[in-house]
Amino acid sequence: MANLNLVQAINLALIQEMEKNPDIVLLGEDIGVNGGVFRVTEGLQKRFGEKRVFDTPLAESGIIGLSIGLAMGGLHPVPEIQFEGFLGPAYDQICSHAARMRSRTRGAFTVPMTIRIPVGGGIHAPELHSDSPEAIYAHTPGLKVVMPSSPYDAKGLLVSALRDPDPVLYFEPKRIYRAFREEVPEDEYTLPIGKARTVCEGTDLTIVSWGASVVQCMQAIEKSSKSIELIDLRTIYPFDMDAVAESVKKTGRCVVVHEAPLTCGFGSEIAARIMEKCFLELEAPVQRVAGFDTTMPYYKLELDYLPDANRVARAIEDCLAY
Amino acid sequence: MPITTAYETKIERISILDEKGNFDEKLGKGLIPDADLVKLYEAMVSCRQLDQVAFRLQRSGRMGTYPQNMGQEATSLGASYVLRKDDWMVTCYRENCGLFWRGVPKEAILLHWMGDERGNAMPKPHWVTPIYVPLGTQMLHAAGLTMAARYKGEDKIACTFFGDGASSEGDFHEACNFASNLKIPVVFVCQNNFWAISTPSKINSAAPTFAQRGISYGMPCIQCDGNDLFATVYTMKKSVEYARSTGLPCFVEMVTYRLGDHTTADDATRYRDKAEVDAWKNRDPIIRIRDYMKARKLWDDAKEAALMARVEEENAAAVARAEGIDAPHRADFFNSMYAETPQDLVMQRETMHTHSLGQDPSQLPLEAQERARHMDAEAAAAHAGH
Repeated sequence: MANLNLVQAINLALIQEMEKNPDIVLLGEDIGVNGGVFRVTEGLQKRFGEKRVFDTPLAESGIIGLSIGLAMGGLHPVPEIQFEGFLGPAYDQICSHAARMRSRTRGAFTVPMTIRIPVGGGIHAPELHSDSPEAIYAHTPGLKVVMPSSPYDAKGLLVSALRDPDPVLYFEPKRIYRAFREEVPEDEYTLPIGKARTVCEGTDLTIVSWGASVVQCMQAIEKSSKSIELIDLRTIYPFDMDAVAESVKKTGRCVVVHEAPLTCGFGSEIAARIMEKCFLELEAPVQRVAGFDTTMPYYKLELDYLPDANRVARAIEDCLAY
Repeated sequence: MPITTAYETKIERISILDEKGNFDEKLGKGLIPDADLVKLYEAMVSCRQLDQVAFRLQRSGRMGTYPQNMGQEATSLGASYVLRKDDWMVTCYRENCGLFWRGVPKEAILLHWMGDERGNAMPKPHWVTPIYVPLGTQMLHAAGLTMAARYKGEDKIACTFFGDGASSEGDFHEACNFASNLKIPVVFVCQNNFWAISTPSKINSAAPTFAQRGISYGMPCIQCDGNDLFATVYTMKKSVEYARSTGLPCFVEMVTYRLGDHTTADDATRYRDKAEVDAWKNRDPIIRIRDYMKARKLWDDAKEAALMARVEEENAAAVARAEGIDAPHRADFFNSMYAETPQDLVMQRETMHTHSLGQDPSQLPLEAQERARHMDAEAAAAHAGH
């Protein structure tokens, strides 16, 4: 058992799975000698050689397109897109091909790959280094979308992704890359894709969140006198509606928190499902705390944009006062 | 049938003032009038000093991530000097020197990296676009801007800058293909600075030059020493004249070197040798021109000292203007989303400090509405104090 931050937990998961599975290869911009701009792949090229960990030309569409070919050819590629803001050029390959390959060939071709993507704001980064596009990919059938909120979860979820037969977008919230450490077992464990985690139990209200926002939710809960249950979705798609519904049926109230913009954010889907599954138990409309429907501002104003503990606390009050 | 040659070409390389001080009189004589040369030199020195100031601002927490321009001043400056003032300059983020030559205020660039969108509000008459952050996307815009100008009967051209790394992106190839096939006079300038963060240029192209990327799009291609201001000016003169007179695009590779890290978030010692960097320090574009001017008695140490004093003062003033700008209103990011802000967004703006999103305040119990009014007042007071 080691005390690791999120970067180290991912690094450990990669090492252990690469040792087990010789078909795992890593590719991307600056992931080799440099170990990735966040040092997530630090030491891996030295350890596994340039055949398994290699730098590519600067072309995101190329990185994903090549990975799709690698996956169809029997490997499990782990491409890194350096920042979520650079997913744009890769969108076509991800959504037009990776997501559809199994379906359109009725299973003759599949794309087992894990796309690693640093995501989200709050680190004072330049433009297009702070966005939260997870809902775009959750909205694309055929993809799995994962976002851990802690080092322990990061390892367990990544191991599952690396063993998954379908394409997984594994979003890494950069705001909590090094924010805290926790005990992460060296021993093998997996966390199933599609299962949420109840972070803390409560009876007055349910908060549903994922990624770095889970930390903001925890802060709000610590300050609140009410009994609040927090569900970390862990996986945006497929998502654990059973866990959400069970909790909301108990509490009757729900607040969804995410960094991505409000409209068509994944909170919209959660709210709609709660309405379908828990209508008679609801005591108040589902409240959402999200990024606003604006471009992610440059860093001078990013903290005014991102949901923080105060905004979550207000939503809790609004929801309870209803 | 015998095997014949389907196509054959060669790529010229232009060097006029080399790192040892050799000057090619045939190409260089009269190319840049002495008075201009002094001004261009001063511009490079000023840009370099600001670059160092920006680096220190970042290190002391007064600026966010910043990409140093150090060592690449002669590339964009050569282009900027040659281009007509109303030609478009569509750049990436290591072309400060050329932008400042055009008159772009230094505080605009500083503000951008200080995390403030107002740095992108480029004054129109400079005919420059805002800094582009993703790689290789801007060259298509250069083609569009030029096409629009031609559509309106103007004889403008565009010059677009990008790096060796960006020339791997699909958009780069599309821009070249569009400009060639749709006959749009764009001068494509590839700044080959050898490093795309840690990716060496040999990973981005297995060919001996980046200049030859243009050949497959039917463009005239040329390479020059990008650390030689005379060479960049000469090359740009040829290229701009070609683009303007034919209405067709052409391709320039300027061979230079990124003396600093990729950005302040990078540490280049992890992936490149000090010996390589040191060798390139001797090829610094600024040293070269200074030595040349000194040899020709156009410059001396007293002038250098006076220049440094002036530059430090001017750049300190630019930093003061950038840092002295009023803090943006906390709701500023709502205000430029659309020409007319949609009603839903207006509500988000009005309730950003008081409610969860999507919540119409009038739905709430009176007690909660009262609390909201109170918080509104607090937020306004906090902002006034800010």
